[in-house]
Amino acid sequence: MTGLLRIEDLSVTYRTEEGDVPAVRGVDLAVDAGEVLGIAGESGSGKSTLASTVLRLQPSSARVSGSVRVDGSDVLTMRWGELRALRWAGASIVFQGAQHSLNPVRRVGTQIAEPLRVHDPRATDDTVTSRVGELLEQVGLPAARAAAYPHQLSGGQRQRVMIAMALACRPALVLADEPTTALDVMVQAQVLALLSGLVRELGVGMVLISHDLSVLADMCDRIAVMYAGRVVEQGPAAEVFEASLHPYAGALSAAFPRVGDPAARFAPAGLPGDPPDPRYLPSGCSFAPRCSRAVDACREQVPPLEEKRPGHAAACIRVGEP
Amino acid sequence: MSAGTEARRLARRRRAQSWRHGWREFRRNRSGMAGAVVLTLFVVMALAAPLIADADGLSVTRATGGVLESPSGAYPLGTDDNGRSVLTLLIWGSRISLLVGLLATVISILIGTTVGLLSGYFGGWPGAVLFRLTEWFLVIPFLPLAIVLATVLGRSLVNIAIVIGVTSWPGTALLIRSQTLSIKQRAYVDRSRALGGGHGHLLARHVLPNVMPLVFANTTLTVAVAILSETTLSFLGLGDPTRVSWGSMLQDAFQVGAITTGSWWFIVPPGLCVVLVVLSFTLVGQALESVLNPRLRERR
Amino acid sequence: MSAPRLLEARGLVVRFTGQGGATATAVDGVDLSLRSGEVVALVGESGSGKTTLARTLMGLERPAAGEVLLDGAPVGRRARELKEFRRRVQMVFQDPAGALNPRHTVYEAVAEGLRLHGRTTRDPQGRTEEERVAAALSSAGLRPPERLFLRYPHELSGGQRQRVLIAGALALAPELLIADEPVSSLDASIRGELLALLLTLRAELGLGVLVVTHDLGLAWNIADRTAVMYLGRIVESGPTEEILTRPQHPYTQALLSVVPESRRLEPVVLHGEVPDPTRIPAGCRFHPRCPALADGSAAAAGVDDGCRTARLPVLPATGEHVVACHLAAARGVAGGSASASAAGAEPGRGASD
Ligand SMILES: Nc1ncnc2c1ncn2[C@@H]1O[C@H](COP(=O)(O)OP(=O)(O)OP(=O)(O)O)[C@@H](O)[C@H]1O
Ligand SMILES: Nc1ncnc2c1ncn2[C@@H]1O[C@H](COP(=O)(O)OP(=O)(O)OP(=O)(O)O)[C@@H](O)[C@H]1O
Ligand SMILES: [Mg+2]
Ligand SMILES: [Mg+2]
Repeated sequence: MTGLLRIEDLSVTYRTEEGDVPAVRGVDLAVDAGEVLGIAGESGSGKSTLASTVLRLQPSSARVSGSVRVDGSDVLTMRWGELRALRWAGASIVFQGAQHSLNPVRRVGTQIAEPLRVHDPRATDDTVTSRVGELLEQVGLPAARAAAYPHQLSGGQRQRVMIAMALACRPALVLADEPTTALDVMVQAQVLALLSGLVRELGVGMVLISHDLSVLADMCDRIAVMYAGRVVEQGPAAEVFEASLHPYAGALSAAFPRVGDPAARFAPAGLPGDPPDPRYLPSGCSFAPRCSRAVDACREQVPPLEEKRPGHAAACIRVGEP
Repeated sequence: MSAGTEARRLARRRRAQSWRHGWREFRRNRSGMAGAVVLTLFVVMALAAPLIADADGLSVTRATGGVLESPSGAYPLGTDDNGRSVLTLLIWGSRISLLVGLLATVISILIGTTVGLLSGYFGGWPGAVLFRLTEWFLVIPFLPLAIVLATVLGRSLVNIAIVIGVTSWPGTALLIRSQTLSIKQRAYVDRSRALGGGHGHLLARHVLPNVMPLVFANTTLTVAVAILSETTLSFLGLGDPTRVSWGSMLQDAFQVGAITTGSWWFIVPPGLCVVLVVLSFTLVGQALESVLNPRLRERR
Repeated sequence: MSAPRLLEARGLVVRFTGQGGATATAVDGVDLSLRSGEVVALVGESGSGKTTLARTLMGLERPAAGEVLLDGAPVGRRARELKEFRRRVQMVFQDPAGALNPRHTVYEAVAEGLRLHGRTTRDPQGRTEEERVAAALSSAGLRPPERLFLRYPHELSGGQRQRVLIAGALALAPELLIADEPVSSLDASIRGELLALLLTLRAELGLGVLVVTHDLGLAWNIADRTAVMYLGRIVESGPTEEILTRPQHPYTQALLSVVPESRRLEPVVLHGEVPDPTRIPAGCRFHPRCPALADGSAAAAGVDDGCRTARLPVLPATGEHVVACHLAAARGVAGGSASASAAGAEPGRGASD
């Protein structure tokens, strides 16, 4: 078992009073050091659930099966001490919309310093302060901003503070859940450049979650597309973006307008139909109700994720058919 | 005209769900459960006092036993200097101790929460004035103030509760204030303002519900302090002279020199009861805090 | 375009005092107007003051100067006036995770506005509160709505939270919606649906929308007009087609070049110091990072001194293409008339800060 992150047959089900919500259903994924895996997918398709389960941060109402290995050791069965060590130094996560998890009554510099101090209790105040400044500058904020309270920063600035926190202890695996959705294109370009620099120079492995395929296409080696808790397509980034196999992935890449394209003016592209309710999934392919290419066979059997081209798999029986 | 009834029904159901969930979490907390069991026993004992111990046993004139008899079959915990059964005193004493503790807590929490909430929510001079007031009460030493108040108000059960309540609120106020300050910064408070909510709405629907768990957890800790204070004041002879409480028992015991005569049965039981109740309230308070704090609950 | 102005900002300035007495001028003189049935996009980089401007329009922030007008009348600060204003103008907040009370269910969050305005019994169509909540949720793409009524925010995905916020604002049937990054955490399919919803509401009910975003594709998708903000000022505004296909301001040009999907342009990465609202540069506020100044084209046009020293005026809130740039003024292109007068020092305002 090599590889930085290996996820096998992972399923996560939330138990709620209104019934079970299967948020992730049998997902296999792998990330090596120095590699970036992109995960795209509809809202509610289970991307964040997947990411938090990797560090066993899922809420207590979640039931998990399958295995998650980081550097060969199984996260789901690991002892508490090991897990803590992993969370501090091995892997870190930038939560989606986590700007609000910053403590509102403490300065952001203090909050960035916290993991540093826990990680190395002997560090002097000077080294910690200078490292905090360095981290802030890495994410494009003046070092003096360390003295600000969260409400004094703009949304994008808070998001960058969260990224700085995740990078504080130089983790080997970074899980970034929508790290740039709150950022403007300029800073997004900057943060993405920062993240890819980390991958290139430090050999960090990264899972990048986004609903914007164009961002993933720029950044990733491979992309996995999720729909209703399943991976429905996985392959090399450029191929998934430009020549997708699964009709859902196709709809995703078509949905972001090109500025200047007259066809997109006052005509935002969407996907018809309702998003799937994870509690009442249709039998067969869960995308079938919204799919323009669906045939009867689609509604009968769940299509397996199969390699359709070298290194490029899709869960759709209609691939290659007219 | 049934607008909202369905909604209310739904909300009620959901609230019941979260209570059930909270209770499940609480049950998993061992020390909290232990505290709750001990407390229940004490409360049952206090409520059932007339059934398990004859109130006549409290009368000095009708005392049947000898002076400071050691425990025996007739007097399981011996007798006091007036020949009364220590067990009877202990059972009846629990009523006064718990009652004063609870009453004082209600007063203290009411003042503390109101002052803390308002001084945190309203910036500017009203907030500053309330904050100064809190600090002022905080630095005054408890005992002298309590003694002065008790002397001025006179020695009665209600007065002793008032004295304790009025002197013990600043801690609660500070806690609530800092929580309020933090909640005031949340985006959902702004959203509610943008929806058109005024101060009353914001306080009642957003700030208060989010400080309530803290108030709740703090209540149990305050009860512990209040019971201890009641013991202290009674021990100093500032309690209600007509009633028996654990504190007044301890005072009696010291006055008749129970330590020098080796009458341990007169000192240990009330002392132990105070310690047990205070400890139990603290344990329950800590358990409640971990159950009610959504941050601790949400993620494992 | 001939509809009367519904919401208007005149010379808004918002300052924050930070630690050590440093004053950040987050909004530094903004004129803006919105008509009913008009969709205006406010774009700009992170920290340029978009959210602060939106919050000030909503009365959540007190301006240091300037005023907000509704139907031509200044909006007062008394509770009654603000409440009435907020019945007609609603806001969708940027951070969906923080903008929902963790102790309120989805139902309570959406019904809050309805209850506040006591209109529960006065729906024109005679619907019950529950029906209105359900309708708002499903129009925001949360279907079937009943299944979410009792969820708490932490039991929703990021995109679902965002849609609950949108539903909460739309439930009040406002005349004007200020939406701060309304779809930034939504995936492609719902994003398209919600934008289409805004266009429908605009067409049917004449809803006016001010959408704050960093997503130029979104502006292209739905906005009639686009205003570009930089360091507290609007530096270019006008019809969306003009702004996004023939940008005049070097900053707008740079923004367009880094949009991931538009690979036709050579990306212009801006160098120089990070913009800091506590130290707004003299002259044109963009000059320390301006690629046109750096590559000498400003000098060639003979405006480089002006760029460094002469302040530009606040752009007027007309519908035409206007740009606050010395170079554009010198070249006499679109909005030249507005910015030509700009080349001189700004009268009065701004000289002191
Ligand atoms: N604590 C919870 N209890 C019950 N259901 C939950 C909980 N958290 C998430 N869910 C549900 O699980 C599903 C997957 O949620 P998840 O947050 O993983 O989605 P996501 O792919 O990250 O979506 P988004 O792009 O909107 O962030 C959703 O249907 C959501 O409603
Ligand atoms: N309460 C405050 N105190 C001090 N400074 C503040 C405060 N609120 C905002 N600022 C500062 O004002 C500037 C503008 O912030 P604003 O939130 O309006 O930006 P934004 O354009 O919405 O950015 P983003 O796209 O990142 O959300 C930022 O530099 C921010 O740090
Ligand atoms: Mg998510
Ligand atoms: Mg913002």
